[in-house]
Amino acid sequence: MDALILQILNGLDKGSAYALIALGLTLIFGTLGVVNFAHGALFMIGAFCAVSLSKLLQFSYVTIDETQKDFLGNPLKVETPYIESWFGPELGASIIDWSVPLSILLAIPVMILVGLIMERGLIKHFYKREHADQILVTFGLAIVLQEIVKYYFGANPIQTPPPDALMGVSNLGAWFGFDLPYPNWRIVYFCFSALVITGVFAFLQFTTFGMVVRAGMADRETVGLLGIDIDKRFTVMFAIAACVAGLAGVMYAPINPPNYHMGMDFLVLSFVVVVVGGMGSLPGAVLAGFLLGILESFASTTWATTTLPGINQIIIYLVAIIVLLTRPRGLMGRKGVMEE
Amino acid sequence: MLGLNKNDLTLLAIVAVLTLFAPFILNPFPADSAMAQFNAGYPDLMQRFIIFGIFAIGFNILFGLTGYLSFGHAAFLGVGSYASVWMFKLLSYNVVPAILLAVIVAGLFSVLIGYVSLRRSGIYFSILTLAFAQMSFALAYSVLSNPRFNLTNGETGLQVYKNDPQIFHGENMQDFPHFFGIYMNSTHTMNVGAWSFDFNAGYYLCAIVMILAFYLSIRIFRSPFGMMLRAIKSNQTRMSYTGLNPRPHTLAAFVISGMYAGLAGGLMAAMDPLAGAERMQWTASGEVVLMTILGGTGTLIGPVLGAGFIKYFENIFSKINDTILHQWFAFLPDGIEDFVVFIIHPFIGKGWHLTLGILFMLVVVFLPGGLVEGGQRIGKWIKSRGKSDDSTASTEPAE
Amino acid sequence: MSKTNYTRRGVLKTGAVAGAGVALPTIFTAQSAAAYTNEPTGSTVTLGFNVPQTGPYADEGSDELLAQQLAVEHLNGMGDGGCLNTFSSKALKGNGILGKKVEFVTGDTQTKSDAARASAKSMIEKDGAVMINGGSSSGVAVAVQGLCQEAGVIFMAGLTHANDTTGKDRKANGFRHFFNAYMSGAALAPVLAKEMGNDRNAYHLTADYNWGWTQEESIVASTEALGWNTVNTVKTPLASTDFSSYIAPILNSGADTLVLNHYGGNMINSLTNAVQFGLLDKVVNGKDFKIVVPLYSELMAAGAGENIKGVLGSMNYNWQLQNEGSKQFVKSFGEKYGKPPSNSAQTCYAQVLLYADACERAGTFDPCGVAAALENFEFDGLGNGKTLYRADDHQCFKDVLVVRGAQNPTNAYDTLEIVEVTPADQVTYAPNHPMFGGDEATLGTCNSGT
Repeated sequence: MDALILQILNGLDKGSAYALIALGLTLIFGTLGVVNFAHGALFMIGAFCAVSLSKLLQFSYVTIDETQKDFLGNPLKVETPYIESWFGPELGASIIDWSVPLSILLAIPVMILVGLIMERGLIKHFYKREHADQILVTFGLAIVLQEIVKYYFGANPIQTPPPDALMGVSNLGAWFGFDLPYPNWRIVYFCFSALVITGVFAFLQFTTFGMVVRAGMADRETVGLLGIDIDKRFTVMFAIAACVAGLAGVMYAPINPPNYHMGMDFLVLSFVVVVVGGMGSLPGAVLAGFLLGILESFASTTWATTTLPGINQIIIYLVAIIVLLTRPRGLMGRKGVMEE
Repeated sequence: MLGLNKNDLTLLAIVAVLTLFAPFILNPFPADSAMAQFNAGYPDLMQRFIIFGIFAIGFNILFGLTGYLSFGHAAFLGVGSYASVWMFKLLSYNVVPAILLAVIVAGLFSVLIGYVSLRRSGIYFSILTLAFAQMSFALAYSVLSNPRFNLTNGETGLQVYKNDPQIFHGENMQDFPHFFGIYMNSTHTMNVGAWSFDFNAGYYLCAIVMILAFYLSIRIFRSPFGMMLRAIKSNQTRMSYTGLNPRPHTLAAFVISGMYAGLAGGLMAAMDPLAGAERMQWTASGEVVLMTILGGTGTLIGPVLGAGFIKYFENIFSKINDTILHQWFAFLPDGIEDFVVFIIHPFIGKGWHLTLGILFMLVVVFLPGGLVEGGQRIGKWIKSRGKSDDSTASTEPAE
Repeated sequence: MSKTNYTRRGVLKTGAVAGAGVALPTIFTAQSAAAYTNEPTGSTVTLGFNVPQTGPYADEGSDELLAQQLAVEHLNGMGDGGCLNTFSSKALKGNGILGKKVEFVTGDTQTKSDAARASAKSMIEKDGAVMINGGSSSGVAVAVQGLCQEAGVIFMAGLTHANDTTGKDRKANGFRHFFNAYMSGAALAPVLAKEMGNDRNAYHLTADYNWGWTQEESIVASTEALGWNTVNTVKTPLASTDFSSYIAPILNSGADTLVLNHYGGNMINSLTNAVQFGLLDKVVNGKDFKIVVPLYSELMAAGAGENIKGVLGSMNYNWQLQNEGSKQFVKSFGEKYGKPPSNSAQTCYAQVLLYADACERAGTFDPCGVAAALENFEFDGLGNGKTLYRADDHQCFKDVLVVRGAQNPTNAYDTLEIVEVTPADQVTYAPNHPMFGGDEATLGTCNSGT
């Protein structure tokens, strides 16, 4: 029983990463009609915002400690972060400790800027081009972004731990009288994702801006005829989508140490999620994200792998095939989207 | 002649000449010069150009004509390779049965996947093909290589072992794929002054196969069947209103391009008898998509150019290292030399991905029709320059 | 440049094709018959360094490349000479190899067997490399080793830990300096018994491909010999990034030890996840929960950060070793690059010197001569202590290090501490050991490409 609940929790956790990336992808697709292969790279850049901030905060000056020796037998260089000498060791250390949550503040402006530059500088020229051209250009962009990150941070993953207070595990089952330990940061991640998803939906649902965007997604031309500059709003939506992917990346950094190709690892999966959910459907993307996350978790249990060897390797694709064959436009897709 | 019109015949002739003389064309620099780094005329890379060219030609029959974007074509290539290596393991190192079986198996596999995937169109079709290919990859990499039932030999790649049956393997035959006794790795090196050119038996086998494959693809493009496929791309609904069912045609195109991929896979195994699972990964499928778009979707020669372009970067740019850069720029004063090397450093060697990514973007931004459009523009520019030389500059718009 | 595998018909055919293309003018010089593949005729000899430069192991590859460049420098008599000063064989003079200046070409394996073979082939066919060295995975090592056997050049495998490289896939032209999964098991077992007792319940998470399986097999065998019980062995897909759904079931499995048969990014993530789930804080069956990572590397330790504290594993080499060769190598490497060498860097450095030394002793670059010189060669002074290259399977036998994640590292480089140096005798096995292909495994005959 509690093993089952644990796997559901794991599934929700994986699902929230899928859902956040897929949400942005489907938002960009629904508004701009662009297939964005660089979306995984945005997730990766978000994670590296966290890495950069923690590196920045630990920017140190060097003092030489004659009493200790380094590996070559020279006097040891001791590095003290500036932040510790400015704010005192204790406050300084706790600022460094909280670098991941703090980097949300860094990531929001960075991701919006990256999103705007991408859209205005490149993507906007591709609205009317074929999907194939969009794929080529965004794939090229993804490689470039990835290689830039690799150039500065190397190819090895970089450990980015959560604050001490949020490390460790909590017993979620304590109230119900059974044992259900779950890592704190994963709980934080799930709650954060739920918050962001709700935020995006509320924004689209309850603001005039969101209403116009939704109208534009349904019928771009008519909205344009009404004298509304829909393009400008779509640009803003692109920035928001980039920001959502970036935030997903920031908070993901403590779960698994970020590396430069993490975006590519998620790219294919998130496309599958978007399509299973139904191209252009926001609730579909979220639903499919959680569904695939949970199924993936169940498929990795010993019970599943002994019944069907290799099921954990293929479950996502198998589900995608079944869904697409039984529901032509994914779970919640609309007719006529991306079918030419 | 050959059922082709004049333009197509010229194109075929050009392709034939280019492939047959590739050992000369690809080795323009003397072997000892600093520029020799850019020579691509060694057997392995020439074979790769051709093999990926075939793969892309086949992919283009599906994507260029019908507009169906398959993201799982590498699976057929991989299956073809596995089939060939199994023929080597069971029968003998003769490449003919191996390549035939590769084409057949890839064909059957593509009937299966195509039949299911073509029930959907657009991106749904793309994801279905992707899903099938990724499943094939995952299974080949681990599940199908378990010791009890080892079909693929997993991570290491399927290869021929000494204790394999090889029932028709002759006593004094070498352990390498051959075409009735002509070994695929036999190479004749011709030295002309400072130049050196490699003529490799395997390459010429590939070249002949590719010329045939290219010819076949021209015929398909120009046939009524090809027209039908184009009709599917431009307006499927209208086509079905005329009483034609598009699906059998699309399926046929899918299977043909799957067989091309199998042929490429078979040749790949024939040139190098080892089949690795990562040949089937989505990145490999993505690569052929990129090759086709980069070269020019729907054009005859484009995919071959795209394939050559990407493989050239993968094999030549990745091998340029700082030592080589320093050799090139040794004539510069020390400080400037280091500076130049420092500037170029991120783009070569381990940075070859970066260069490739930038080139993808440049090509797609400035040449919407791919490399073929680039060629056409140059052609036009030369022509118009010729004209403007004849008639005076007065015809030019004053700008 | 010379070429391999002539058959009369092959030559006739290619000759005919060439002849059909152009009328052969007399300027075409006949090709001089070479004694073996890529026989160096000029004043230089070319080595091929085939390492991952893109993909997840790019940092490992660049470390190997640094070491290889350093080795070439030392061979050519530049720098401080490095381990030429401490090497027990004195054949190398610092004037290149057999008087020829050493040059090198580099290639990118991408950690894919196809790409690795392509770049190795290009180094052999185009650049005339007589030896290929490097790599960071067993799949690649076996694939490239096969290629070098066909082409007739020597392959000095870089980082490859699977038993198969010198087991069922052993080749006459290939040599491995790295240790293997069996040795990890044999070296770890006594330390595990000492530190954790003989009564443990182990749970294995294993990367679902060849290397993972051989390591799991080896570790299970050696721990069960101690009296340990194996609770479960679970295969994880190579593409996994999040291991939570594999870690969670361990909580209630009754296991008190987790063995992670993962490498690189897989290991970093699975260990991070295991620590996240609080496994190391648990007490099961009255014993503290422990994690074992049989194969460690410095980069994995760096990537896993704090999580490796107290986690046991084994290594081929560590820069903290205090023998003469090691001290000399760390000094040369550290002064040049400002960091201590990793164990894959040391492997590649040692192999380049060993190859060069074997050429000197054999008096030729002929792969068959070089292989004969390497077989049953015993030496010291390259950092690993006394080492033997066994003739039967071309595996090298030397001390294996058992290491542990340090509790209080003072800098970025001493995150691992040496627990024990297991002597070579304890990790030696018979060449026909069942885990290494049994009696069927043969090296074949050496191929010099003629």
